Amino acid sequence: MPTPHAVNRGSPLRRLLRSLKVEVLCDECFERLDELVELELAGVDAADRLSGVRAHLDRCGACREEYESLGALLQADADAERG
Amino acid sequence: MSSPAQLRPRSDALVDRLRAGGHEHEEALGELHALLLRAARFEVARRRAALPHLRGDELDDVALEAADDALVAVLAKLDDFRGTTHFKTWVYKFALLETANRLRRRDWQRREIPLDAEDWSLFATSAGSPAAEAERAELLSAVQHAIATALTPRQRDVLVAVALNDVPADVLAERLGTTRGALYKVLYDARHKLSSELARFGLTPAGA
Repeated sequence: MPTPHAVNRGSPLRRLLRSLKVEVLCDECFERLDELVELELAGVDAADRLSGVRAHLDRCGACREEYESLGALLQADADAERG
Repeated sequence: MSSPAQLRPRSDALVDRLRAGGHEHEEALGELHALLLRAARFEVARRRAALPHLRGDELDDVALEAADDALVAVLAKLDDFRGTTHFKTWVYKFALLETANRLRRRDWQRREIPLDAEDWSLFATSAGSPAAEAERAELLSAVQHAIATALTPRQRDVLVAVALNDVPADVLAERLGTTRGALYKVLYDARHKLSSELARFGLTPAGA
């Protein structure tokens, strides 16, 4: 019987199998996105509180793009405020 | 930005004025739109290099339309704002979502959406030793069989497009005439079915 460790890291098959663990959907991820980004920018470990959102971001490209953009935008604002 | 570590509800002048009426509300709407437009233009600028086929004025139009739609979305959800983050952060995400949706759809406008996984050469990565290769082939066969037999046609289409072929969920949702949320529910159900089917054969995604 095959076991998952036979699958190469990053292969399409591996990505598919990894995606089967997703529990948080896009809507819930969007609801918590601002909270996660602010916590991370403040240097707070949000792993416990928002682990489901983090897991979703690892697997959903669209949500991940928006997460990265929000962090970058807030960072740009903070840089501009500092002058 | 002050630390949101405790995530205590905070008051925000702009949201208070948006909830007020009259002239104050009108002014606040203008300020909100300016914030949303800033976020939309930021997103357009981040993606500009990947969109060489779009002219500058088209990109400006995308940003403005996205900010307009985000304004409607923010106002509709205003009562959901609990003050656990800065109001600016909360509204930015609406503009980023609207802008990213539009640009992803533009990007895929002329591209065919792959809905089948008949080309299993996609999976033809070397697993190493002959034993590992045989094991991988057996797993692949189980996954193919589960996709073909355990899922409905719509679940199959969505799973193959999004999880295998990296089609953005919002792009596929528009093509299928549904919403991103509804499409992810289909994907969610498909993943659970597939996971259960693989578990029946002693296979688990836990180590994947």
